[in-house]
Amino acid sequence: MENQIIETQQLNLTKEDFSSDQMVKWCPGCGDHAILHSVENVFPNLGVRKEDFVVVSGIGCSSRFPYYMNTYGFHSIHGRAAALATGVKLSNPKLSVWMITGDGDSMAIGGNHFIHTVRRNIDINILLFNNKIYGLTKGQFSPTTPKGTKTKTSPQGSFERPFNPGELVIGAQGNFFARTLDTNPKHMTSIFIEAAKHKGTSVVEVLQNCVIFSNKAHELITSRESKDENQLFIEHGKPLIFGSNKDKGIVLRGTHLEVAKIGENGITEKDILVHDKNETDPGVHVMISRMMPPEFPVALGVIRAIEFETFDQAMDATIAHEKEYSKIKTVDDMLNSGSTWTIE
Amino acid sequence: MDLIDSFFRIRAYSLKTYNFALLNKSFMTIKKSKIVGLEQVVVRFAGDSGDGMQLTGSLFSDSTAFAGNDFATFPDYPAEIRAPQGTVAGVSGFQIHFGRKTVYTSGDLADVLIAMNPASLKANMKWIKQGAIIILDIDAFTEKGFEKAGYAADPTADGSLDGYNLIKAPISNLTKEAVISLNLDNKSVLKSKNMFALGIIMYMFNREIDLVSKYFESKFKANPLVVEANKMVLAAGFNYADTLEVLGSTFKVEPAPLEKGKYRNITGNVATAWGLIAASERSGRELFLGSYPITPATEILQELAKHKDLSVKAFQAEDEIAGIVSAIGASFTGSLAITTTSGPGLSLKSEAIGLAVMTELPLVIVDVQRGGPSTGLPTKSEQSDLLQALFGRNGDAPVIVIAAQSSVDCFYSAYEAAKLSLEHMTPTILLTDGSLANGSEVFKIPRVADLPEIIPPLVKANDPNYKPYRRDPEKLNRFWAIPGTDGLRHRIGGLEKEDGSGNVSHDPMNHQRMTFLREEKVNRVANYIPEQLVYGSEDAELLVVSWGGTYGVMRTVVEKMQKQGKSISLAHFRHIMPLPKNTETVFSKSKKIVVCEINNGQFVKYLRMSFPQYKYDQYNKIQGLPFMVAELEEKFNTLLNH
Repeated sequence: MENQIIETQQLNLTKEDFSSDQMVKWCPGCGDHAILHSVENVFPNLGVRKEDFVVVSGIGCSSRFPYYMNTYGFHSIHGRAAALATGVKLSNPKLSVWMITGDGDSMAIGGNHFIHTVRRNIDINILLFNNKIYGLTKGQFSPTTPKGTKTKTSPQGSFERPFNPGELVIGAQGNFFARTLDTNPKHMTSIFIEAAKHKGTSVVEVLQNCVIFSNKAHELITSRESKDENQLFIEHGKPLIFGSNKDKGIVLRGTHLEVAKIGENGITEKDILVHDKNETDPGVHVMISRMMPPEFPVALGVIRAIEFETFDQAMDATIAHEKEYSKIKTVDDMLNSGSTWTIE
Repeated sequence: MDLIDSFFRIRAYSLKTYNFALLNKSFMTIKKSKIVGLEQVVVRFAGDSGDGMQLTGSLFSDSTAFAGNDFATFPDYPAEIRAPQGTVAGVSGFQIHFGRKTVYTSGDLADVLIAMNPASLKANMKWIKQGAIIILDIDAFTEKGFEKAGYAADPTADGSLDGYNLIKAPISNLTKEAVISLNLDNKSVLKSKNMFALGIIMYMFNREIDLVSKYFESKFKANPLVVEANKMVLAAGFNYADTLEVLGSTFKVEPAPLEKGKYRNITGNVATAWGLIAASERSGRELFLGSYPITPATEILQELAKHKDLSVKAFQAEDEIAGIVSAIGASFTGSLAITTTSGPGLSLKSEAIGLAVMTELPLVIVDVQRGGPSTGLPTKSEQSDLLQALFGRNGDAPVIVIAAQSSVDCFYSAYEAAKLSLEHMTPTILLTDGSLANGSEVFKIPRVADLPEIIPPLVKANDPNYKPYRRDPEKLNRFWAIPGTDGLRHRIGGLEKEDGSGNVSHDPMNHQRMTFLREEKVNRVANYIPEQLVYGSEDAELLVVSWGGTYGVMRTVVEKMQKQGKSISLAHFRHIMPLPKNTETVFSKSKKIVVCEINNGQFVKYLRMSFPQYKYDQYNKIQGLPFMVAELEEKFNTLLNH
């Protein structure tokens, strides 16, 4: 993307440059609308030409997204968006590639492509809409549905252990993981910008509400009454403090995290864990990703951001090297290389 | 050269088809200086996996090329990487068929077998002619060797080899003696015993051993002792053959009348990879391969991975699906996109092929067919996937299907697959098979500039008339608007598209119209492919029909029977979907049609469906083995006599 960064002012792009003429067909009240607006607000401000964005998706409610963005876009097949995005990015690494996916699309049917894309560190941005349900097929449990949840395919309550996307990403050697909320456009926007700036696979989990099939799945985190006790906005270099009175914090005790109250049991602000998103050791980042109510607040923000060589850079560098040093410069050279003989 | 010698030379050349093995027998008593000219010969090298038979075979191939013959080769190695030593399962073989005329196949039955141990003799008896010359490393014919090979008794002593010309050569011991002055350890010495066998064969066929010695010098540059040892062993084998009384004469296959030009030896998989790279250069579209290793297609991925020097982007994906889907992403982005696989992988790619059909993007899917269903016979060749290629998708999802007919033709078929796919904006399946893929042939090196030009239907920036599903009125292809281009932003996907605009559409009449358009687009490819060739008279009594990888053997049999005056012709198909425009005319002229396939009758089903007015006989073999000349001849004679 480096060559493509042009002064934003010069490009003069606005939100309208990215709005498509297609009717948006998500349910009224769906969290996807807010995410779409945030992305429309982010794209004009990245210094990328509007023709250099490609938005790809798999299948699911979230995957309709490319139709609603006026960019180059590809709505592919279930679970395969990561593979498609990989092909787009490797074919032309100058493009800014955005993949829109859901918990069913990427954690279940596309799990394999998802983890391998993260492992390879291909420079794409993945927005994972996590509503903890299959919406488009009308309400079956997904790999992120909490244990015990009653759905159409778990009428007695799901007995599966769910995935935590952050833990999965970091386990797959992911270098960038952030979490945000569909109810907080300002935070969403800032996180999407962080993801865009990061070189390598950036995964942003958006806790998104499905008003029809899993309404209030994130209620503890989002409701006016409980959100302050259950949201922890993390920032690099700052202590992990939360609560309506900012009097609670996360402390590292031995090999696990605990919630502690500042001022009680001799705990001072100094004892609170300070977030370091650049720490290469994944241990604490996994622990922060795993924090969930009611025991913990959920961590929102950039949990992990490590600079590491991207796959597309490595591939281009290898090709450049071979082109410079190989004796074969054309197909004719190749055809005539090695052992040949001539009939006079 | 004495009189008798000249006499035999003249006689040998005057015979059109020459039975090598029988002739050899009658020369047993004649002095060695005799050189017998031959039309064509099949030599088979067989040994334990660790005996270096593939190297021996390829060195002999190089020497055959140097001698100016046309030739084809086929390696026959075990499915297991390291099967137990000395067992039949661990036998590795290499067959070469060379001649002074066009050689169409790697040969059915061998005239000469080199067997380095009892297991390789046992495994190969069914692949040699009656009366063939068998050269054995008699030092390996021990009780232990018989036991491992599953022989109850010494096969050289129980009469089972009567009728063959047996040369019991003490190869292991003579190899040891040859390099005794070098003081090598026993293991290193025995590693070069294959070169002793090669020396014998080189002598038999009047070849120069200097060429092979030069190879040792370049290959083992770092280890002069190994160079020396191999040279000594090769020379020892060569000289040993000179002392063999049982070898009454030596043989020579005169150079084939090949066209002037530069040649090389090439396997089908390498030819496929190179044809695709040539298409990339000629079309100006970078090659992107998304693939996953699978026997017998893996070498295409390996070969393409080598050619980063030609800007090839070879992506080894996490699975077959990611292989094809990444290729579709690259195609959307303007690359010549390829995925390579074999039968089980093609099954996994089905849904994504449908996506490429719906999005009308160029994509070449190479399927190197193997025995099926399921895991089937991974290392055996079969024409297993024709119906899957034609119909194996949800919905009405037509694609172009073409089938390569020889190892060399893999180059031209791959090139054509890419050309058709790019110019018609349609996914194209190229069918090759395990035999073509691993077999090799003499390849007259073309110039890229002489290949037909490829003009992808790219859209220019800011084209005011651009719509994602606007079509070319002739070919009916849509146009290719590449991300990054100004003024052409658009969205595509797997949902049904509105004709023209490309917007998502659930309109009933639109779906029907788009279904017809996708079908008609593929049908019109028939206007851009050559008409079906018929080898022989168009109104022959028997029209033999075949497709893909069986071309060599079909051509051999039909030519042979035509020379015998039989009313027989061959229509061998490379274009499967669509069929050439004159196909029906071709079928209408013969009294009888027989469709021959290495499967349970897939092409014949397709023909019965496409042209139900004709009666089709069929001949099918589903043994993981190629057709043999004799079985086809018998079948065709039966049909001609009824």
